[in-house]
Amino acid sequence: MTALADALAAIVGTRWVKHRPGELVTWTMDGLPTHEAVPQVVVLPGSRDEVIAVVRLLHRLGVPWVARGAGTGLSGGALADGIALIALTRLNRILALDPVRRRAVLEPGVVNARLSEAALPHGLQYVPDPSSQTACTIGGNVAENAGGPHCLKYGVTTNHVCRLEVVLPDGEVVVLGSPHGEPWGPDLAGLFVGSEGMFGIAVEVTVRLEPLPAAVATLLADFDSVRRASEAVGAVIASGVVPAALEMMDQSCVRAVEASIYAAGYPVDAAAVLLCELDGRPDAVRAEAEAVEAILRAHGARGVQRADAAADRARLWQGRKKAFGAMGRLAPDLAVQDAVVPRSALPDILDQIDAIRARHDLVISNVFHAGDGNLHPNISFDRRDRALHARVQQASAEIMQACLRAGGSVTGEHGVGADKLDYMVEAFDCETLTRMRAVRRAFDPMERANPGKVVPVHACREWRQGGVA
Amino acid sequence: MSGTLEGRLRDLLGAGALERTRDGRPRALPPDVERLAALLALAGAEGWRVRIEGSGSWLPADAPADLVVGTRALDAVVRVDAADLVCTVQGGVPLDALHRRLARERMWLALDPPGRPTRTLGAIAATATGGPLRLGYGPVRDHVLGVTVVTGDGQVVKPGGRVVKNVAGYDLTKLCVGGFGAFGVLAELHLRLRALPPEDRTFVARGARDHLTSAARDLADAGLDAQALELVSPAAGAGADWVLAARLLGTAEGVAAEGARLGLGTDLAWEALPAERAGQFWALVQGAPLAGRVALRFGVLRDGLDDLLDTLDASLGEGIVTAGAASGQVRWSGEADGAQVAALRHALAPREVPVTLERAPRAVLAAAGHFGAYREGVGALVARLRQVFDPRGTLAVEADGAPHG
Repeated sequence: MTALADALAAIVGTRWVKHRPGELVTWTMDGLPTHEAVPQVVVLPGSRDEVIAVVRLLHRLGVPWVARGAGTGLSGGALADGIALIALTRLNRILALDPVRRRAVLEPGVVNARLSEAALPHGLQYVPDPSSQTACTIGGNVAENAGGPHCLKYGVTTNHVCRLEVVLPDGEVVVLGSPHGEPWGPDLAGLFVGSEGMFGIAVEVTVRLEPLPAAVATLLADFDSVRRASEAVGAVIASGVVPAALEMMDQSCVRAVEASIYAAGYPVDAAAVLLCELDGRPDAVRAEAEAVEAILRAHGARGVQRADAAADRARLWQGRKKAFGAMGRLAPDLAVQDAVVPRSALPDILDQIDAIRARHDLVISNVFHAGDGNLHPNISFDRRDRALHARVQQASAEIMQACLRAGGSVTGEHGVGADKLDYMVEAFDCETLTRMRAVRRAFDPMERANPGKVVPVHACREWRQGGVA
Repeated sequence: MSGTLEGRLRDLLGAGALERTRDGRPRALPPDVERLAALLALAGAEGWRVRIEGSGSWLPADAPADLVVGTRALDAVVRVDAADLVCTVQGGVPLDALHRRLARERMWLALDPPGRPTRTLGAIAATATGGPLRLGYGPVRDHVLGVTVVTGDGQVVKPGGRVVKNVAGYDLTKLCVGGFGAFGVLAELHLRLRALPPEDRTFVARGARDHLTSAARDLADAGLDAQALELVSPAAGAGADWVLAARLLGTAEGVAAEGARLGLGTDLAWEALPAERAGQFWALVQGAPLAGRVALRFGVLRDGLDDLLDTLDASLGEGIVTAGAASGQVRWSGEADGAQVAALRHALAPREVPVTLERAPRAVLAAAGHFGAYREGVGALVARLRQVFDPRGTLAVEADGAPHG
């Protein structure tokens, strides 16, 4: 064992330090198959105190590190290239669940879906529901400011995190936010959420739980054109109804789902289907469902199915929730992309993505959060085919540029990580990137936590000349 | 020296963009973001201390500074994208003017902050002063998608964007919202809008405070879908009793059904207010904190409201209270000195209730600060962050106040 592995083992025990090449394979990728990196060593602390001791040790030794949850991220953000990787999956206890105060206190390795399961008997739920929710962890959700279908009405992770206990990269422990959620001083909890593991490690997370809605209705509408479907999305949003979720799947995605074990009965001849969920008080849901159905039909829906019972709704949702798995049938690898456009730009951007697909001769399936303009064009490919891999990267870049031109963003919920680094100079001016880097240095002066992600320190001409603020 | 200072300002902005405050300080009103940036760069280079001002109605006008930088001339609604329910405004746009503009297109910004209706969007965001609608639509930060902020050293920084979902880069917008200007001047804001709901009804019930808080808890437990459920003290509501006010917004069917549920399970006598009186009532609630010179904001968990109100009553007097009975956002206003604010913070710290000094005369702010003493380790972090956005200490913002023994 190396000296570093020995020192880590002295804190967590030999069993929880991995350093042999065969052991490290597990941690060389996240959910995005276009990026790969081998850590020098992986350490799996078993408690808050062990995390603190590990961070302090690495700080003392000057070793950079990456914190990682379940590794379901889709931006290459949790990859450690030749440095230490701190895997937090053993810190998986729900420390408190208070139904009166509607708060849960969690270790970072708690799996997202497990929290909602634990809250269910109390009539409560944890709302943010990434598609990876049966695997992804709360700590990872905090780092990425994760979203999910139901974030349209209820907000993303940052809207549900009240208080954080954070180990800063120098090993100091600070508490940000408050149990209520009101900031304590400047909104540092709000700043920390979405900082992609570069400001420290959250070792304790207090989240808000929401009451389960009294009534839910799910509508499935199918369209013979993607453009009509996306115009219907705009009309629903403009009507003032705020659906709990408003999701779109294109034909490629629907066919993959229907050919898989997750078949949900979606019409395979449809160019696009929309899933729209309404929740709230029964009278309001009834009125809103009728209003939305009328809007969908007025905008060319061929048919609208409606489900009110839980089992029927689950069936309609199954295809959406399992779409990424179903796409595994199309090719060995799937590059799940993530970008955002203003909702009114949806019809045009989907046309542009289709043109990019055709130009590069690729298979692209769209399944996405249409209600907030958050696209997920998914490119099926085989990464062993290098020429194809290059076309995938080129098409991804063109999609990002198209979204930026439309006034959008290069990531809505997956984070910048390593994958979106090069687009940051197109999304933000140099001064904004400079201050972002300086903020990072306020938390981590040595820039040792998740180095090389989010802010492209290599790309800005002013920085190359050494002019960091 | 002041002649020199004013001469330099005149050269930069033109005479029309200069005024004098009531106490004789120069007030500069830059007409665009570029000149705001140039002004702050100049101030930084010259070592002038700058006080930021919106409409001048909320924060004290007596903070020590060499000059006042007002955002009043930054009053353009830059763009409104109705189809996307997003708008971009300059920091000096008054909220009432924006609401009038948006109402023409059947939209609104779901914020009802304390203070005058003419308060600017920049100031509302900088102070994070939300109102009763926080229950239904979230705190101020949920409405701000991105900003253009001019730093203390005159640089223009643009975090966030104009889309409703965005995780590109660190969320610097969160620092600016509620930062009281410590991280720069909010020159532009991208805001999330909503379609105007077809129905907007207000119901009020009067009674003893404990009775109303207990009824409000029952209603919240029963899942009442109200967008505001505000407890208003007699001093704030200009009546003899405490008032519990419910505001229901949504479709006609939904609002009617929720209105019918208000009476269930509680013995409160609800009165439905006609639209005009409802408007007057909420205007009264919003304006009430201006009657005291000090306003404090608290965030409290749902089972801690009675206890917090008792503590306030005992330490500062009943005062003017508006309390989100289900949101846990409580605002107290009245008279208090710095030592009282510090003592209250000390008393509430073990319960982890943050106490933000939203508004106060200079002496109180200087003693207690908007935020007071930070928790362990956080003070150094905040100091480093302030250094990032205001390296020369140009912005006169009393964030943490004088140290207390």
